[in-house]
Amino acid sequence: MALKMVKGSIDRMFDKNLQDLVRGIRNHKEDEAKYISQCIDEIKQELKQDNIAVKANAVCKLTYLQMLGYDISWAAFNIIEVMSASKFTFKRIGYLAASQCFHEGTDVIMLTTNQIRKDLSSPNQYDTGVALTGLSCFVTPDLARDLANDIMTLMSHTKPYIRKKAVLIMYKVFLKYPESLRPAFPRLKEKLEDPDPGVQSAAVNVICELARRNPKNYLSLAPLFFKLMTSSTNNWVLIKIIKLFGALTPLEPRLGKKLIEPLTNLIHSTSAMSLLYECVNTVIAVLISLSSGMPNHSASIQLCVQKLRILIEDSDQNLKYLGLLAMSKILKTHPKSVQSHKDLILQCLDDKDESIRLRALDLLYGMVSKKNLMEIVKKLMIHVDKAEGTTYRDELLTKIIDICSQSNYQYITNFEWYISILVELTRLEGTRHGHLIAAQMLDVAIRVKAIRKFAVSQMAMLLDNAHLIASNTQRNGICEVLYAAAWICGEFSEHLEEANQTLEAMLRPKVTTLPGHIQAVYVQNMVKLYASILQQKEQAGEKEAAQEITQLMIERLPQFVQSADLEVQERASCILQLIKYIQKLQVKEVPVAEEVIALFAGELNPVAPKAQKKVPVPEGLDLDAWINEPPSDSESEDEKPKTIFHDEEQRHSKPRHPEMDEEELARRREARKQEQANNPFYIKSSPSPQKRYQDTPGVEHIPVVQIDLSVPLKVPGMPMSDQYVKLEEERRHKQKLEKDKKKKKQKKEKRGKHHRHNSLHTESEEDIAPAHHVDIITEEMPENALPSDEDDKDPNDPYKALDIDLDKPLADSEKLPVQRHRNAEALKTPESEVPPVEKKSKKPKKKEKKHKEKEKDKGKKKEKEKKVVEEEEEEKKEEDLDFWLSTAPPPGSAAQPQEEEEEDEGKKSSKHKKKKHKKEKEEKSKDKKKSKKKHHHSEEEMAESVQNGTLDDEPLPPMSSYRLLAENPYIKTTYDIQGNLQNDSQVTVSVIFENKSTSFLKSMELNVLDSLNTKMLRPEGSSVHDGIPVPFQLPPGISNEAQFVFTLQSIVMAQKLKGTLSFIVKNDEGSTHEKLDFKLHFSCASYLITTPCYSDAFAKLLESGDLHMSSIKVDGISISFQHLLAKICFHHHFSVVERVDSCASMYSRSIQGHHVCLLVKKGENSVSIDGKCSDPTLLSNLLDEMKETLSKC
Amino acid sequence: MIKAILIFNNHGKPRLSKFYQRYSEDTQQQIIRETFHLVSKRDENVCNFLEGGLLIGGSDNKLIYRHYATLYFVFCVDSSESELGILDLIQVFVETLDKCFENVCELDLIFHVDKVHNILAEMVMGGMVLETNMNEIVTQIDAQNKLEKSEAGLAGAPARAVSAVKNMNLPEIPRNINIGDISIKVPNLPTFK
Repeated sequence: MALKMVKGSIDRMFDKNLQDLVRGIRNHKEDEAKYISQCIDEIKQELKQDNIAVKANAVCKLTYLQMLGYDISWAAFNIIEVMSASKFTFKRIGYLAASQCFHEGTDVIMLTTNQIRKDLSSPNQYDTGVALTGLSCFVTPDLARDLANDIMTLMSHTKPYIRKKAVLIMYKVFLKYPESLRPAFPRLKEKLEDPDPGVQSAAVNVICELARRNPKNYLSLAPLFFKLMTSSTNNWVLIKIIKLFGALTPLEPRLGKKLIEPLTNLIHSTSAMSLLYECVNTVIAVLISLSSGMPNHSASIQLCVQKLRILIEDSDQNLKYLGLLAMSKILKTHPKSVQSHKDLILQCLDDKDESIRLRALDLLYGMVSKKNLMEIVKKLMIHVDKAEGTTYRDELLTKIIDICSQSNYQYITNFEWYISILVELTRLEGTRHGHLIAAQMLDVAIRVKAIRKFAVSQMAMLLDNAHLIASNTQRNGICEVLYAAAWICGEFSEHLEEANQTLEAMLRPKVTTLPGHIQAVYVQNMVKLYASILQQKEQAGEKEAAQEITQLMIERLPQFVQSADLEVQERASCILQLIKYIQKLQVKEVPVAEEVIALFAGELNPVAPKAQKKVPVPEGLDLDAWINEPPSDSESEDEKPKTIFHDEEQRHSKPRHPEMDEEELARRREARKQEQANNPFYIKSSPSPQKRYQDTPGVEHIPVVQIDLSVPLKVPGMPMSDQYVKLEEERRHKQKLEKDKKKKKQKKEKRGKHHRHNSLHTESEEDIAPAHHVDIITEEMPENALPSDEDDKDPNDPYKALDIDLDKPLADSEKLPVQRHRNAEALKTPESEVPPVEKKSKKPKKKEKKHKEKEKDKGKKKEKEKKVVEEEEEEKKEEDLDFWLSTAPPPGSAAQPQEEEEEDEGKKSSKHKKKKHKKEKEEKSKDKKKSKKKHHHSEEEMAESVQNGTLDDEPLPPMSSYRLLAENPYIKTTYDIQGNLQNDSQVTVSVIFENKSTSFLKSMELNVLDSLNTKMLRPEGSSVHDGIPVPFQLPPGISNEAQFVFTLQSIVMAQKLKGTLSFIVKNDEGSTHEKLDFKLHFSCASYLITTPCYSDAFAKLLESGDLHMSSIKVDGISISFQHLLAKICFHHHFSVVERVDSCASMYSRSIQGHHVCLLVKKGENSVSIDGKCSDPTLLSNLLDEMKETLSKC
Repeated sequence: MIKAILIFNNHGKPRLSKFYQRYSEDTQQQIIRETFHLVSKRDENVCNFLEGGLLIGGSDNKLIYRHYATLYFVFCVDSSESELGILDLIQVFVETLDKCFENVCELDLIFHVDKVHNILAEMVMGGMVLETNMNEIVTQIDAQNKLEKSEAGLAGAPARAVSAVKNMNLPEIPRNINIGDISIKVPNLPTFK
């Protein structure tokens, strides 16, 4: 009691938390809704309070209520408040609520942009993480556009936890803001090789998701993925990659060839079923893409089928299901190899699991042949009888019809059998698919002429037994078959033997209970029947009987006249009048039959479903053109009629599309006739049977099965279609015997000669001749129909926007929108020459105002150049892939095709001598591109690594890594050297040439005196004294950048190379030849590549003891520690591993793999740097360089 | 892509719902109901894949589920996900829950749905699989919990005391719902890796 009181008071003091809410709901089972609405009122009160903890608690409760189905969008603003709380605890609650209930329509979502940006750059990785997670659920196009750049920066975060989230969310950003794909893609690609497996997996995930929608854009990544596939051990990654390859192979069959071997190896080696299954799936995709022509792949198919059989036979239902699923894919291209497992699949039809039964059914669809169709359908019919649950039975029914009707009834040899199957199916109760059966009946009766007689007799029987079908339920769909039955009996009434009886059946009062559209068909077809009976009787001279039948019609038709259905009523009253008129004539003994029958003369041909669409637009007809001038919006209402009238007058003067003259019409008519004459399927003009069957020997002699037409619908014991199976077997047997006889004769005649050929021949199933002269009429198409089949593309596909060519280099206009700091000082740095593709540029822009016009020029020029590069690169890309694909997979060593490729590179160039020059160029552009990329990269990383290490937001001073190379009155050159990660003995020197004069500079050529250690990479065939032409010319005031590759042997020492730049100065006075000497200084730092390192790896490295140590101390340092670190990062290509107060550890790597570790400590006025490196010389040189840099501070 | 993750009990009561596509609250409830009806009528020993959720997705989508004691864990995925992979992911999810809640049972999920969401957020992000390594997930969750605790600091102490009082005070503390107490048994499956 006392406790309860305490509880009450505390409850009032402290608000309900989530647990209390849940508890409360559980205790108010009877009046839950009331209790919750009470709680929502409380929550509303809590949200009004200022205390953020209270608010967060309220939002937390709301999130729970949202799960129960309550709309909480009214609290969106409060959720944002909680999201912006400083404490992680609350922030997380806020973001969770937002992710559950925010969407594109939430209007307050635009208020979150800055908050999210702040959280993304939070020093606490979990703040960032929670923001990314939340954003992934509610990102909108606006948010994606505004935050794309921030997220992209996070992709290179030092913490893998953030990196993987940032990588993953990029997919959502791409979807909402497709423009971001191209600028972000290079970095995404980089992440495929991230040291952290989680990040790697995320990148694979994103690229696979992208590639699934637009695979062709990602073909160029195939080599990279291939490498990953052969090296990765993470099954998640492997599965994704293998699935991706499955999507890529249809586009590039050669890729498939390369894949087969590693995949088969994986199939043999892996123990993970999921991986095995995906491998099999992709091998199947490969085999499909290779299709035929590769006989040696039958082993792979066998392997797949065999593995799948193991899966299907497994006791685990999941594996069984997947096995069947994959089997159905093989079936499409290699039906033979699956057909041998028919037993297994039929067995699966008996499985207790419906999913498995449905899968097995799918398989059966592809497995039928002329031989086994009847047998399979018989089995299915048994299942139909046994099946419980309408869904599965309906599925069976549709499958039976699908199986039989597939590819234009290809496998049906006996249509009487098929009709009887259809009739049997009408006995199904409560099926939804009556219309399907009806459609089949109609289709078969119309298109197979020979079957009409039989079909009509069966349909007459159906009509006679209509009460059985329609009686039990009005709602079931099976009465639809009566629609077909009535139509067939009417249309083909000449085949009807007891037309009177059928007519009477159709006139039964019970018919009026059928749905309207069926009654309408009844009424219409009664008249057809009536007409043919009339004709019969008149011809036989039985006038009395003719009048009787007319009388019958007149007596019974009024029941339809009274129908509530408009269609029925209209037709019935019309026909009633007609028949009354006929009766009058009959009384006068005027023969009328001929005229009545003329009402229904002519035959209907089936029309293809897409026929209308395929009618080509005639020449000169513009469907989009206005027939009348559209009334313009600006005109006022009352003026309108006048204008239209006015327009009409004008229109006569306007050229309308030319009317067809008589000649043209006649010509077309002639053409049409010609075509109809040539069309074997056009009944009227060519009633000859199909060629295929003419050729079959012995068809004429096969006795058409005679059927006792009085067989009642329900035979006790054996269903009717079974008889056909037996009859068919007999027939085939007979046929075979006959053939064998013939063959024996032949054998006697031509002994031995065709022996083998003949024995093979008997096995072929094509030999089974159909029981009827089957004339399957194909559907009609309009003349001149276009053969195109592109009807099924959805223009609103959200993934279409992501169909972007990723291999093209970026244009300036494509860079991501960046939030820029307004920087007052407009320092002109050569840096800005490099197209700022994707970085958060803190550097000031160029003097835009001054040089606006010039800039324009430059832009044009740049674009031109870019185009050239683009083309080259595209070529290169293609060639690269081609090359990669053309090399046969090295047997047994699939793990290192990449290295081989690189080795082969050299060989290739010597092989293709013709392409030599081109190739050189390509290589250069390749290097160029690489180095460019690297360039940005390092800069960014510099900025980031510093940011991550520090908490203060001091702006960094603008820095440039470009140093002056040489200068004279005409030209100024600056340069920067970047290591090449792909090649351990190459660096790229980027040189910016700036034309300072008012003249035009052209024919620039750069030459360097090679040293033993360092050489400029020249095109093959040129001597060491030849210069390299600069690939552009410079108009006055313009600058541009060119790249040169140098090879090195040792990198432990700094190098200096002497060189000259020669160029021609052209101005109004004429042109002069000029020279500029320079010294190219390769500092040791230029051999370093900014490489992120994690503190644990860093610690291990230091502990390893393989490193040599050295240290320096510099006095008189006045700049802040952060700036100092930034300088080291930027100029010496280091990254900060960790920073504690005024002490930081830094790391970098040389292109030849030397590790360099630094410990930087700042004293009062001095800085001491302790370095450790695998090479002592390199270290001491590096430290000397650093000393120089720092002493300048 | 994963389209939705649902957890509900044997009676169809939602315990967690996470949709990676926008649906209105009503549709969400309908989807949960429909999924429950599809899943609950299946026997224990049939396959864990289901086609034909009408409301969510379309023909490309599949429901992949597991049934543990009183709870169904259902993932609705499209064809880019590996079926067996997702089954394993569900297993990882449940094992992680088991680790974080120490012998997880339905009650944990009922009262701490926010925590379940947080754990899920470390595994699946925006419909894509983020992390499959249980240890990594648990490490991150622990670190976040620690952060949360440090933030609560002194201020959090009375609140904790209150909730302790609340818990000990309620005679009707939901022991009455027995089905909830059966802990989720994590069967030993052939491991994925």
